[in-house]
Amino acid sequence: MAPLVPYILSNEFNLIVALIAGIGFGFVLEQAGFSSTKKLVGLFYGYDFTVLKVFFTAGVTAMIGVLLFGQIGILDLSLIYINPTFLLSALAGGAIMGLGFIIGGFCPGTSVCAASIGKLDGLAFVFGSGLGVLAFVEGYPMFEKIYLAEAWGPVLINEKLGMSKIVFGFLLTAIAFIAFFLSRLIEKRVNNDQSELPKRRVYAYVSAVGFAFAVLIIIAIIPDSNSRLEAKINAALSQSNLTSVEVPADKLASEIVNNYYRINIIDIRTPEAFKVYHLPFAINIPIEKMSDRQWSKILDQKHKVNYFYADDQQIAKRGYLKAGFLGKAENYILIESSSEFKNLFSNLILPGPDASKKEVNTYNFRLKAATDIKMLINALKNSTEPVIVKTSKIKGGC
Amino acid sequence: MKPNKYMNPYLAGFLLGLVLLGTIYVTGRGLGASGAVKSVVLKAVVEVAPQHSANTPFIKSYNEEHPGGPLKDWLVFEVIGVVIGAFFSGVISNRVGIKLERGPNITNRTRIIAAIIGGALFGLGSQLGRGCTSGAALSGMAVMSFGGIITMLAIFGSGYAFAYFFRKLWLK
Repeated sequence: MAPLVPYILSNEFNLIVALIAGIGFGFVLEQAGFSSTKKLVGLFYGYDFTVLKVFFTAGVTAMIGVLLFGQIGILDLSLIYINPTFLLSALAGGAIMGLGFIIGGFCPGTSVCAASIGKLDGLAFVFGSGLGVLAFVEGYPMFEKIYLAEAWGPVLINEKLGMSKIVFGFLLTAIAFIAFFLSRLIEKRVNNDQSELPKRRVYAYVSAVGFAFAVLIIIAIIPDSNSRLEAKINAALSQSNLTSVEVPADKLASEIVNNYYRINIIDIRTPEAFKVYHLPFAINIPIEKMSDRQWSKILDQKHKVNYFYADDQQIAKRGYLKAGFLGKAENYILIESSSEFKNLFSNLILPGPDASKKEVNTYNFRLKAATDIKMLINALKNSTEPVIVKTSKIKGGC
Repeated sequence: MKPNKYMNPYLAGFLLGLVLLGTIYVTGRGLGASGAVKSVVLKAVVEVAPQHSANTPFIKSYNEEHPGGPLKDWLVFEVIGVVIGAFFSGVISNRVGIKLERGPNITNRTRIIAAIIGGALFGLGSQLGRGCTSGAALSGMAVMSFGGIITMLAIFGSGYAFAYFFRKLWLK
């Protein structure tokens, strides 16, 4: 599952990706005419809306793509970089940038494009932006207050507007198409242009609009990857008989004693329940967090056997099935709940004189297992602390 | 040779959107530009005045985030790509050449000064706003960032608000 950096592609390779992305970026900006300042400022005087058209089309295309990838489950939207909101600095910075745009005729990306094909004004703008950055760096104490004010974190606009992502997707796409239509009317008036669009182009535009909305509708109606996984689990739960992978507590206890280094004991309950009591050496992967990619190295490996448990056997089974869909590790389910396990090994009752041989054996086995486990815990104290895996957030921004 | 016509803006926008989408898919982050300017500026400051930069908290914290030096930054490599891509595009469309573009009523000198001032404002604003038209506005829109879209509205809103006062720079 994407993003591919840093889990699948290294950070070093990421710089090559940057170069390639930049080539595409620069090529398209230049082809669109963004190396010409006259085309850029046309936006503000109404004679040329190329900037609006390119910019909005690009934004809507990428937004729909991100929504689609997220919905079909090939891109983890919780990991992509969301520009954090600092309300005051966004407004003040934006206002200063707008002034810079109208005076200088470029923005940083377009000025680099212009400079690349030999435009001296583009080069001057790049030089100027270096001075501006320097002014900010040197004068940072002066800007610090407004720079850090109203820090809202990585909020999403759809949350702020109280709507779902897909509804905002429809809204933004509709706004874009209305803006394109209006900009055409304004361009015609400002440029005294009486021409009509060729029929073929009108067809192309109408089908592009239709295509965008069709993709949005598809996103809205297909179930997301999570509910597809739930459906698969439900189907498997009603069809398959899981008794062959159910393991009694005694078997697990002997595995712990003899093979602790070859097994993972996975507690799929909530962190709160885990904190109150958990099996020795257990790690906590709450069932709804199992698809987080940090756990793939436990669920998708072939060196250790996984034992799942919960307090409810039905949930333990779901966890087992989910793990099966998420990885190819060898998995088992503990029959007992955590409290039953605890009872079996800590509240041992000495069998009476008339107990059968089997009962005595079980008692002896459990007593030994309990002491062995205690010894193991003490011996491995330092290495058995649950490892907290830090999810690496991707850094981005301009 | 006459320069070729520009690409249809909607087609260009669609392609740009695909580039952005591909970048987000592979790297989890969007495109940018002004961040590269920052890296280069900081590199220059550190080279020219190492003593001074060691005492400037902003540069210090930036250096701590960039153990490989300011230039080993994603955006620096991306902007090198932009230069290559734009130049290539210019070559195939016959648009490469030393040129100065300006409004009909101003001198070359005025144009250069305006470009430097505009660039300085944009550079300053992009640092304050944590990103420019590419990093904050465009990439922000793609991931539905509230801050990114606010920055975008502020940039274009302010552009329209000031357009009247600077019309002599651009119009007849």
